[in-house]
Amino acid sequence: MGYIIKGEKHDWELVIGLEVHAQVISKAKLFSGSSTDFGGGPNTQVSFIDAGMPGMLPVLNGHAVEQAVKTGLGLKAKINRRSVFARKNYFYADMPQGYQISQYDQPIVGEGTLVLDMPDGSTREIGIERLHLEQDAGKSIHDLHPHKSYIDLNRSGIPLMEIVSKPDIRTPEEVGIYLKKLRSILRYLGTCDGNMEEGSMRCDANVSVRPVGSTELRTRCEIKNVNSVRFVMQAIEYEARRQVDCYESGGTVDQETRLYDSHKGETRSMRSKEFAHDYRYFPDPDLLPIEFDEAFVARLRDALPELPDDKLTRFIKDFGLTAYDAGVLVAEKESAVYFEEVAKGRDPKLAANWVITNLFGVLNKRGIEIGDSPVSAKDLGRLIELISDNTISSRMAKEVFEAMVETGKAPDAIVEERGMKQITDTGAIDAAVDKIIAENADKVAQYKSGKVQMLGWFVGQVMKATQGKANPAMCSDALKKKLDA
Amino acid sequence: MTQLTSFTIAEAREKLAKKEFTALELTDAHLAAMERAKDLNAFITMTGDLARERARESDKRLAAGHGGALEGIPLGIKDLFCTEGVLTTAASHILDGFKPRYESTVSQKLRDAGSVMLGKLNLDEFAMGSANITSYYGPVKNPWKAKGRNVELVPGGSSGGSASSVAAHLVMGATGTDTGGSIRQPAAFCGIVGVKPTYGRCSRWGVVAFASSLDQAGPMTRTVRDAAIMLRAMSGYDPKDSTSAQLEVPDFEAALAKGVKGLRIGIPKEYRPAGLSPELAALWDKGVEWLKAAGATPVEISLPHTKSALPTYYIVAPAEASSNLARYDGVRFGLRVEGKSLDDMYAKTRAAGFGAEVRRRIMIGTYVLSAGYYDAYYLKAQKVRALINQDFTDAFEKVDAILTPTAPTPAFGIGEKSDDPIAMYLNDVFTVPASLAGIPGASVPAGLSADGLPLGLQVLTRRWDEETLFRVCQVLEDAAQFPLLPAV
Amino acid sequence: MSLDKATVRRIATLSRIEVADADLEVVAGQLSGILNWIEQLKEVDTTNVAPMTGGTDLKLQWRPDVVNDGDKMEQVLANAPDGHDGFFGVPKVVE
Repeated sequence: MGYIIKGEKHDWELVIGLEVHAQVISKAKLFSGSSTDFGGGPNTQVSFIDAGMPGMLPVLNGHAVEQAVKTGLGLKAKINRRSVFARKNYFYADMPQGYQISQYDQPIVGEGTLVLDMPDGSTREIGIERLHLEQDAGKSIHDLHPHKSYIDLNRSGIPLMEIVSKPDIRTPEEVGIYLKKLRSILRYLGTCDGNMEEGSMRCDANVSVRPVGSTELRTRCEIKNVNSVRFVMQAIEYEARRQVDCYESGGTVDQETRLYDSHKGETRSMRSKEFAHDYRYFPDPDLLPIEFDEAFVARLRDALPELPDDKLTRFIKDFGLTAYDAGVLVAEKESAVYFEEVAKGRDPKLAANWVITNLFGVLNKRGIEIGDSPVSAKDLGRLIELISDNTISSRMAKEVFEAMVETGKAPDAIVEERGMKQITDTGAIDAAVDKIIAENADKVAQYKSGKVQMLGWFVGQVMKATQGKANPAMCSDALKKKLDA
Repeated sequence: MTQLTSFTIAEAREKLAKKEFTALELTDAHLAAMERAKDLNAFITMTGDLARERARESDKRLAAGHGGALEGIPLGIKDLFCTEGVLTTAASHILDGFKPRYESTVSQKLRDAGSVMLGKLNLDEFAMGSANITSYYGPVKNPWKAKGRNVELVPGGSSGGSASSVAAHLVMGATGTDTGGSIRQPAAFCGIVGVKPTYGRCSRWGVVAFASSLDQAGPMTRTVRDAAIMLRAMSGYDPKDSTSAQLEVPDFEAALAKGVKGLRIGIPKEYRPAGLSPELAALWDKGVEWLKAAGATPVEISLPHTKSALPTYYIVAPAEASSNLARYDGVRFGLRVEGKSLDDMYAKTRAAGFGAEVRRRIMIGTYVLSAGYYDAYYLKAQKVRALINQDFTDAFEKVDAILTPTAPTPAFGIGEKSDDPIAMYLNDVFTVPASLAGIPGASVPAGLSADGLPLGLQVLTRRWDEETLFRVCQVLEDAAQFPLLPAV
Repeated sequence: MSLDKATVRRIATLSRIEVADADLEVVAGQLSGILNWIEQLKEVDTTNVAPMTGGTDLKLQWRPDVVNDGDKMEQVLANAPDGHDGFFGVPKVVE
């Protein structure tokens, strides 16, 4: 434990709370029938509602409600069967209504928890304060014209879940683990694709520091909209140091919004947004409260997929995997699914080893996702079978795997093509063994005089004579039988 | 021959069916009347060419025998309803040149029923006012004048153009919107019928929003029957409005003949404030007698929070308006006044685009929602609103309908009360409580003041019970024998 | 309740409505008059009263997750005071 910032006067610790904006996976927007697709031409995915035209009214997309409830269930959170949309009033060029429809004092999801799997194998629970639904704003583009900003409203009205953690996070490392875990849960649930680069998951961090041992909450700064896990961690480290320096030099920290500049590696005050914020939240009179019954929640709960924590437990229990291996495999839903297909009816530990070491190695090298893997789970599973039933040796298996990666062919075909089938025919092995013994009388004498470690040399010779195809264990057995006779 | 502009909608409907005249003739007669009465300033935009085109289409449908419920009936549309391709202003400078690419649900329904839109009617800017003096396009005049006095009177507001044009026989009926009395009070001032249905009966989609939890469209006509016909065409569930009711629309017209025998009529004792004109008090008593004579039973009731309704309204409505009007920012439509920054452009555009009353209400609304004041003002008002709503719920345990005056005075002169916002707000003292409760209300012309100005009585009923509302209104109309033409 | 000029300036800024310094006094007077009149609500006992937030007690209807709108860039931009190349133009925003 312990991310301690050494100061002149104190040792300081960090207090971090995260607000994650996760774009809900849906076809249509939160309050209109416009598409949520990424990358359309400017203002092509905009209805009169999204453009805030006079007299236009919002109508709630029920799927977004389901997605929010599912996410709440995935975070083991309290589901509020009655919640209220409120207007957050402020002017901005890409906010056409002059207010954002959000939720304020009555969110759809209340308190929950997220379990962090720490690298040392321990776990740590981070409290979830709330989750609420809100609409996204459009986009301002500043570099198309010397004196103007251009507004594209394609994102206006896209459904977001704002997931707010309690200020339970203490280190930048935990921030990284939290974000990855949250992303994993959202992807398992199918409620957000977690793509930070395309902006479908964005993170604001509330950061403050306090002397170690203290329980106070000091003034926090909000770092806005950082678009990668790494940058969030960097931003927090910088910001914490800045605040410590402030206090230690006798200054104070102002509550403000700060922007992370990833080029300079520092945060700076967003003075343009600083003044006169007063959002004047009030219940949106165009919308009635969101209400649903217990049966609605139960239906969603029953249809919930197995989530990473449960999967991890099961992988350890049913497959006998180590916590570390299981953790690696469940981090991404796709990896876990892939692994289970490989392991089904086969040696799970061997399967885990091959997926983690060999397959992930290839994927990392190529920088691709498991969905684009050149080797299918079916083929890798078959490879495991070939190893387990001694058709090929582990060493040969590596060669076969490389060929599978290169050619995309099934392992049987490669083994066949290259004549790599292991020799398990005792007659053939015995013949090779006899020949080696006959040709190396001196070595046999050495062995018989007590240099039993010579056995390895004999095995090597037999393998060589069979172009590596003989089953090494069988060779060893046959040699021992003859030499010890 | 009778003038084509003298008929009621019900009469014209029959005569069109019998081919006594064509829809085009009917439209032309009204367009001519509009030309002659331009001085009333009831219209912001006249759409004569469009109207004649639509009237011809109506004639084709009538000839083919499949005319709609309002086939060929010339109507005016309050310029708060967005009309596709037709200038829509909300009587505000800030919507300069705005031609929506969409049609409000209510105006679309009226069009689908075969009616012919003659133009867009003047109103108080963003429907904020009770005298139709806040319009960027100038005040509307009431076609009525006090006996022996050549003083131009206000038509009431905010649906002043609607009330004036219906009373002056420029249109056979008009749409209004009512947020705190904007249909009922001008109906009373101009001697016509105005119905604010239950909140949720008519879709708000495509109607420029003032205060979303209060705004409700309704018909303004010369007779109760016409209002029943028109309301039916305007009503119905709209999936585009989350506050629209998924309920069958009753045949309001069929209810008219049912009378009031056996109904209990509530007479709220709190509706006799010091400022109530003695003439109106007397008319109110007369109304009670008429209903009694028709077999109803008057019951004295109490609506204890009546006094609080107006200040509650002047928190709730401006609060919602301050947010609803944030979209008028010079970016996507309407007026823009350039500035040196985005915020400067906003501030200049909105200062130039909004009139004084609208600016005042936006600022009041902003203030009552702002940090530190929300609980004391907005939340408090919502709680009082709940009490006002409860008053009505309790009352309707005992009675089927409530009878009150519509406004405390008859129409006043243009320019009067204009420098005192609160004096102006007091016009809505009797209409605002029903708006806060979301219940239906109507104003029926019931008599004339000593100097010959129309006076209205207001009927209120339970939510979704417009049928009883129409029954009571019909009995009052029958008894009052109110003249259908103003003494112009 | 009497609003001072600074408060009026703040409300005007929040509302994005330019009010000239010379007019602040007058506007403050008008707004204070209305607020003073509204203050009478304080007398109403609202202990344990739940606020009424909307105009109706209906249940909220939900729309299905279906794309049936958008794809109307020309109509959306048709009324724009400063539309360019499919965008709405505004004075440059400096972040």
